[in-house]
Amino acid sequence: MYQSRVIPILLCNLEGSLVKTQKFKKPVYVGDPVNAVKIFNDKEVDELIFLDITATAQGRRPNIRYISEIATEAFMPLCYGGGLSNLEDIRAVIKAGIEKVSINSALEKDPDLISRAADVLGSSSTVASIDVKKDFWGKYRVVVRNSSKSLSMPVLEFAQMMEQKGAGEIVLNSVDRDGVMEGFDLTLIEEISKNVGIPVIACGGAGNISHLKQAIQAGASAVAAGSMFVFQGKHRAVLISYPSQTELAGL
Amino acid sequence: MQIQIRTFGSMIVIVDYDMGNIGSVYNMLKKIGRKSEITRDLEKIRQADHIILPGVGAFDSGMEQLEKFGLVELIRHKALVDKTPILGICLGAQLMLEKSEEGQKAGLGLVKGEVIRFQLPAESKLRIPNMGWNQIEKVKSSKLVEVLPEQPRFYFVHSYHFKIAQSEDQLLMSEYGYSFCSAFQHENISGVQFHPEKSHKFGMALLRNFTEAI
Repeated sequence: MYQSRVIPILLCNLEGSLVKTQKFKKPVYVGDPVNAVKIFNDKEVDELIFLDITATAQGRRPNIRYISEIATEAFMPLCYGGGLSNLEDIRAVIKAGIEKVSINSALEKDPDLISRAADVLGSSSTVASIDVKKDFWGKYRVVVRNSSKSLSMPVLEFAQMMEQKGAGEIVLNSVDRDGVMEGFDLTLIEEISKNVGIPVIACGGAGNISHLKQAIQAGASAVAAGSMFVFQGKHRAVLISYPSQTELAGL
Repeated sequence: MQIQIRTFGSMIVIVDYDMGNIGSVYNMLKKIGRKSEITRDLEKIRQADHIILPGVGAFDSGMEQLEKFGLVELIRHKALVDKTPILGICLGAQLMLEKSEEGQKAGLGLVKGEVIRFQLPAESKLRIPNMGWNQIEKVKSSKLVEVLPEQPRFYFVHSYHFKIAQSEDQLLMSEYGYSFCSAFQHENISGVQFHPEKSHKFGMALLRNFTEAI
């Protein structure tokens, strides 16, 4: 039986601490990444996505030593994103023990980076990460650089361009739903996944298992979540968790 | 990358032919207490007691890399003449067969069979590549899969799959749109389409079985 992937997304900052944001803002400290990876090993998670959310903003390249420390402990597929703007760094990240790279801000000026990465790594290791935010008029916009800049190309067109350039997957991230835990943006998921041929990983808004189910029903091939797996209860106490295989059955 | 850890007795070699992230195989072997060496040194491979051929990428580039490092004949000799236990993972396993729809080059030809692209009906909701966790069904018994935790599942990333010529060489079957062979075994030669090194305790058990097999 095939089961859709459920993927924790972990965010880290310059100091190498894990954080969690709301609507891409207000980062809260949630712990140590290597420790978190060990816990997720024990919980046998399907996959992990690791994003350094400060690298691009600070003009930093990926911290290879730190990435390799995490990779050594990860016995599940690992995707890394953050500060990836050239092939050399992408190669270094893969060599450090990562399976997939997630490219985001660099796509604004250099969408062909996806093609160059896919040529070297293969499509299945090349992930285009698309952050989407509604503008003042309620129109979906692709945003980059931690949601500080929006692009003019419509979201669907951007997603299709990524597929055509060789991306093996799309992480579709709703900025408005980030950390809110009240459900995914199903309209957005449906529109994109219906019109691209590659898997779409829905992200932003998951608070419980029925939210995950809704996103899959809307067409997502996999679902990702941050808050749901690092916070517990309405006071958002930090506690790393992951549903059991029985709870996930039927997704 | 060359990592030097010498052991007395059994030597596990992970063949490094520059196709993808192979450090994770080394990491998982280390986790289960097995010392291994990532190398393309012909002499070391010649002396190996167990060989792992990992790899991610396209079929022809994989063969070209093996040729470039002079590994083709050596691997064939180790597998077919010395009968050294050898395990192919993902592309590494595909290369062990005779040919692939993905490329023009001949494979290593260690086991009779070929590699074909997934043929899903147009109305299928499944996407290619098949990327995710899947269950397996044993179709014969083998030391490689003898001891596995309950409800075994493995992580797959692939667009092509094995088509094994002799049904007795099929070891595991999985389902993605239809049933396909996800692991083969012929005497000392085995190949798995999935990634044991990224499949938690299930992969650890499989690698443990492999490194214990004589």
